Amino acid sequence: MIETHWIIAPVVLPAILAPLLAWVMRHDIVLARSASLAGAGGLVAIAVGLLNLAAGSGEQVYRLGDWPAPFGITLVLDHLSAAMVLLTSVLGLIVLIHAVATGWDNRGRHFHALFQFQLMGICGAFLTGDAFNLFVFFEILLIASYGLMIHGGGRVRLQAGLQYVVMNLAGSTLFLFALGTLYAATGTLNIADLAVKVREIAPEDAALVRVAAMLLLIVFAIKAAVFPVQFWLPTTYSNAPAPVAALFAVMTKVGAYAILRFYIIVFGPDVAATGTLPEKWLFAGATITTVIGAFGVLGARRLMSMISFSVIFSMGTLMLAISAFTPDATLAALYYLLHSTFATAALFLVACHILARRPSADLLHASPPTVQNGIFAALFFAAAIGMAGMPPLSGFLGKLVVLKALIPWEHAEIAWVVILGGSLVTIVGFARAGSMLFWKSTAEPVTEPEEDAPEPEDAPRPATALALAPAAVCILMMALLSALAGPVTRYLGVAVAQLYDREGYIAAVLTPPEDGDRPVDAGIALEAEEAAAQEDVTVEDEDGLTTGVIEEVGQ
Amino acid sequence: MGGAGLLPIIALLPFLGALVPGVMIRAGRNAAATFTAIPTFLALLMLLTLAPGVMDGQVLQKSFSWFPPLGLSASFMLDGLGLMFAVMILGVGLLITLYARFYLSNEDPAGVFFTYLLLFQGAMLGIVLSNNILMLLVFWELTSLASFLLIGYWRHLPEGRQGARMALTVTGGGGLAMIGGMLILGDIAGSYELTDILQAGEAIKASPLYLPALILILLGAFTKSAQFPFHFWLPHAMAAPTPVSAYLHSATMVKAGIFLMARLWPVLAGTDPWFYIVATTGLITMVLGALIALFKDDLKALLAFSTVSHLGLLTMLLGFGTEAAAVAAVFHVLNHLTFKAALFMTAGIVDHSTHTRDIKRLGGLLTLMPITAAIGIIAALSMAGIPLFNGFLSKELMLEEASHTSWWESPWIVPVLATFGALLSVAYSFRFIVHTFLGKPRDESIDHPHDPPFGMWLPPALLCVIVVAVGLFPAAIAGPIVDMAASAVTGTEIHTHFALWHGITPALIMSGIAIFGGLILLALHAPLDRAWLATPRPEAKRLFDGAMAASVRGTRVIAEGLHSGAISRALAVFVVTTVASGLIAFFGRGLPEVSRPLLPIPPVAAAGWLLMVAATLSVILLHRRRFLALVVISICGLMVSIGFVYLSAPDLALTQITVETVTILLLLLALHYLPKTTPADSSVALRIRDGVIGVSAGVGVGALAYAFMRRDVPSISDYFLENAYSGGGGHNVVNVILVDFRGYDTFGEIIVLGIAGVIIFALMEVLLRGRAGRRLRNWAFSEDRSRDRHPLMMVVGTRVMLPIALLVGVYILLRGHNNPGGGFVAGLVFSIALLMQYMASGFAWTMDRQRWEYHSLIGWGVIIAGLTGAAAWIFGRPFLTSAYGYIDWPWIEEFEWATAMAFDVGVFLAVLGAVMLMLYSLSRMARYAGETVNLEPMDYDPSQKSVQTERAPQERGVPTEGEEL
Repeated sequence: MIETHWIIAPVVLPAILAPLLAWVMRHDIVLARSASLAGAGGLVAIAVGLLNLAAGSGEQVYRLGDWPAPFGITLVLDHLSAAMVLLTSVLGLIVLIHAVATGWDNRGRHFHALFQFQLMGICGAFLTGDAFNLFVFFEILLIASYGLMIHGGGRVRLQAGLQYVVMNLAGSTLFLFALGTLYAATGTLNIADLAVKVREIAPEDAALVRVAAMLLLIVFAIKAAVFPVQFWLPTTYSNAPAPVAALFAVMTKVGAYAILRFYIIVFGPDVAATGTLPEKWLFAGATITTVIGAFGVLGARRLMSMISFSVIFSMGTLMLAISAFTPDATLAALYYLLHSTFATAALFLVACHILARRPSADLLHASPPTVQNGIFAALFFAAAIGMAGMPPLSGFLGKLVVLKALIPWEHAEIAWVVILGGSLVTIVGFARAGSMLFWKSTAEPVTEPEEDAPEPEDAPRPATALALAPAAVCILMMALLSALAGPVTRYLGVAVAQLYDREGYIAAVLTPPEDGDRPVDAGIALEAEEAAAQEDVTVEDEDGLTTGVIEEVGQ
Repeated sequence: MGGAGLLPIIALLPFLGALVPGVMIRAGRNAAATFTAIPTFLALLMLLTLAPGVMDGQVLQKSFSWFPPLGLSASFMLDGLGLMFAVMILGVGLLITLYARFYLSNEDPAGVFFTYLLLFQGAMLGIVLSNNILMLLVFWELTSLASFLLIGYWRHLPEGRQGARMALTVTGGGGLAMIGGMLILGDIAGSYELTDILQAGEAIKASPLYLPALILILLGAFTKSAQFPFHFWLPHAMAAPTPVSAYLHSATMVKAGIFLMARLWPVLAGTDPWFYIVATTGLITMVLGALIALFKDDLKALLAFSTVSHLGLLTMLLGFGTEAAAVAAVFHVLNHLTFKAALFMTAGIVDHSTHTRDIKRLGGLLTLMPITAAIGIIAALSMAGIPLFNGFLSKELMLEEASHTSWWESPWIVPVLATFGALLSVAYSFRFIVHTFLGKPRDESIDHPHDPPFGMWLPPALLCVIVVAVGLFPAAIAGPIVDMAASAVTGTEIHTHFALWHGITPALIMSGIAIFGGLILLALHAPLDRAWLATPRPEAKRLFDGAMAASVRGTRVIAEGLHSGAISRALAVFVVTTVASGLIAFFGRGLPEVSRPLLPIPPVAAAGWLLMVAATLSVILLHRRRFLALVVISICGLMVSIGFVYLSAPDLALTQITVETVTILLLLLALHYLPKTTPADSSVALRIRDGVIGVSAGVGVGALAYAFMRRDVPSISDYFLENAYSGGGGHNVVNVILVDFRGYDTFGEIIVLGIAGVIIFALMEVLLRGRAGRRLRNWAFSEDRSRDRHPLMMVVGTRVMLPIALLVGVYILLRGHNNPGGGFVAGLVFSIALLMQYMASGFAWTMDRQRWEYHSLIGWGVIIAGLTGAAAWIFGRPFLTSAYGYIDWPWIEEFEWATAMAFDVGVFLAVLGAVMLMLYSLSRMARYAGETVNLEPMDYDPSQKSVQTERAPQERGVPTEGEEL
């Protein structure tokens, strides 16, 4: 029992650390850095422990306040959430080292506090088993990400930040509407309980729950940057500090994760009320997203914006795999998800180094080669290979496994054309950019400084090994994902099996704990009421007048 | 299966070896070349130890699990075909390494070059050793990447960069198509192992997916092997250093497509689609390539198109689908490798010593560079298909096969075109010989051409030895190899009987025609060349560049045009999508029966409702006048609060009213620094559009709310009512929900507030350092200020209020668990009390008197709440588990304590801290703008005659540089 307390640790650790960073350590950057790094390292350790815990058994349920589900908030640790928390913590640590080594953390206030809050928000969103609590964590990660996004300031960045926060606040508002509707239709907010209640709703009475399902889909689509609510992403990511954009690689995945959770467990295709409606919309959106992303990579004029579009492309691919909603495709999606996170982070981290040293900033123009041109070229080449889905990094295998998993699907042809065609466009886009940045630039004349001229103060300095390491580690992660694809997918296979074992999830969450001393339901009075309500429904169904009329209108 | 374990080692050796030259980048050409040759040589050696077994018909296999859900395994296989290709790759690799050592100049980064070369070698070796078609794809794409790097090796040359991109685009695109084809192929066969797929030929040909799979795979093969219409990338790839051209773009990589077609020959060949697609493409490519080659003046371009032509020949042979044709193809692969690699190296040597590759400038090199000339002439004669050289033998076999192949019921087309192709081939081969080596030097400016050092001419010379040896003794030397490889291709036992003389056969006659015709053509070359140059021809590069530029322009519109960051458009799309999908979802199904009756509307409610509607409409009308709009908005907030009171939700009402007050006050303060009016910056049409969208969203939300407010659904709320006191120790259910049932949510929300405070602080810091800060400093702040900024009544009033308000706050905090109130409201009440001081007595005055850091308030709040939650761990309970009990204070009365109270204190502190930090940020702005600290509590004190407002400038509250607050 003791070990289950660790489930809350990924939230509590940063939640306690962050205020300390903001309050006690804000005047001492060295102290803040050490504490923040230690915290991020500790988070990785906790996440590894949780992965072990999850791998050892089925779903682990943590009942906050010791209240039984569905009344209190529950956290659910299963293979999937453990993997996502580990992904977050590893990425967090990598990005944090980069930010510290490049000095990005010192360009504004409170970077470390916001960073820890951000990690807390993301981990909390992955762990929660409650729809409203998910909303709360969406808020946390949104507000923290806004702070990180505008870190360091600058006119364009602040403008882009405003657009980001406005769009996502609109999404949060919609999230509330959706939750209100969902609660009004089902009377509960616990995900497992929702899964039960949604299936009890007769299809002819399902209008409200259908609306809730669609609104929620849009909410998650905003996070995951799926068409038509992806417009915010390129502006935001391309203007965010590059290390922050690298951390955001896992934020889009929160949307993808939420879609997996909700549309497999709660609104699966077996639910009479919603059927395949969300899937169809998601498929359509994902298709266009993929196309837009690929086109953007080719058409972008700036490096950061090109990388941002490649994020959209990879999210589209991921969403195509998700929208098939079969265990095979979900497994493929999860593998691709891991890959895409590191690919995105690698590109942004490499871009960070390049931008810091190029006189023409991030415009894709040839300008004289910078220091360490060769190293940056090699890193960019590797990261781009990963993102564009070329071997030997995991992007290639990820693409293959997605394509293969989609073969039996009814939309397979469209998905294939989009993914393969998009890949080609992306490859061409990256090749153009890389050859412009690293090859053509060598043909540019280097203006030799005069002998006695003083060293210009802002002359690009070579990156230290420590500063280069995070980007290299991201690439290494892709290589490892590729080499260890077998063990990784074995683990993910269990995660998918768990995810599709709805009954198992429901039982794990809703079965009251044996040693609990809390009442486990609302008592006899409620049951009687429920029975009465049930009777009412049956009676009303028999005359069927109202429903019939509404159905006619619907047609 | 002895020795199969060596296969993965052989495949990995070049990759491992690739690390060394890269690391030794500064060690010079000799070291780099040596360390390239070592792994190559070792791999070759290991391969040769396996050769005897394979030649006996063994198939070696070694497999490791890699990615089971995908069907991908690290599975290696060595059979006759693989062995032949592997030896070719490694053998030529060795020669190229030696050649490149002398070819590269001192300035070229040799380490990088040899690293790329080894990467390519490993990838190519992987293709021919793969037993898993997905792993084959991995290596396939790797060759494209390595080729990209090698073509662009001289990165300062635009041709190199463009050629590299073009090659990557075409072969990469083909590779992607092939991914599709291979996945379908494996799906039909039920396995991705080649050994399984080769067994499933019948099933595959019978499958309805055969044709799509075939087309997709052929797209991959054709692009890689430069078949028409994808041939155009190969000549542009010649911008690479010549060793690369010799190795990748004639000997090995471009043969990958041929290899693949041969590998899958038993599975895919022999059908009509196969014949018509493959043989036709091959035939066209062969003739077209040869035709263009004849008119190319650049030695490497001539050889490149000749390679295209020969690849077409190979494709055509495989396309015929007969065993004999397959044998001919295998034999020609071997022969083409030898003479073409030698020719490229010759061209490289000529280029190296004359500094030109223009045939029209060359000539008479036979006397100046005899060794080079001898090599070039032997190889070119073989290419022309002259007897006694190996090219003759395979060309005869090809013509033989062509002579009895009928195409679309016509027996003439294939033989005639094949002969024509051979004729052109003779013509350009002799042009290469005659115009380069014979005659007199044509351009005197070429400075003393001379033979290269030994290391540079040895590799092509060795290849020429093979050319002649095979040409003279084909059965003895090439026979066993071709038998072995061809048996592997066709899946049947093949025994060839090569001989120089077969008697007078149709092939011999065709060959004769080709040789004589070719020589005649060469004699007529000058006029033909003029005619050729005068004819307009589609130029692949221009078309490709045009298409590329057009796509970039097109995609730019979609990408950057649509994602310009216009927030109103993004929001409009979002809202329209939401409303539309909501409508579609809603009208797909019905609603449950209405179960709540409508309540009567008393006049009070109606009045409140009307007020709210009126206020909302006023905001629309007045929103350009910001102060006014803010006041009107506050009416909405008040009405909502009153609505909560009316509907018996005192907690919500309290919260709403305090939140409302704080927000409006903060907004008012912030507005002080903003323009007081909003300019009209959108057109009427746009506003109407936005209005329609906005109204539709509002109506949608309203309708949705109405729909669910009319219906009862059994919910979890009864549980809260029943257990709030027994489980949470509180009578105020709302508060127990906030701090206990869903305390975790509250914990999250106070963190959100805290973060918001911190962000505003951080943002202010950045802003004040930047342009905004400078503007503030130069703002004529004092001019628009009232003489009585701190009115007496307000100052006195707020100060009297302060202790009362604080007391009320504490009271609300303490009673919260059982009566309306709680930490959140209390925090806000405190904030309001302090806010009032700021407003009444000025930022600076109040700042001077506050001693707590607001950061610490947030910190304490979150940490107290967190630690309260964590304290439950000590008792083995989950985070945030509450406990409560009673404590009897003697002489007073019994008190209830609950851990949730501590949590609520945390909430209180965090809320207070966050609001005050926001206020503090605003006050920093004020002090930046030059707000002064008044010495006296109020500007105008009637009890004193004079008015003192300003201290000396140095005492102004403007923070100095680096001051931290």
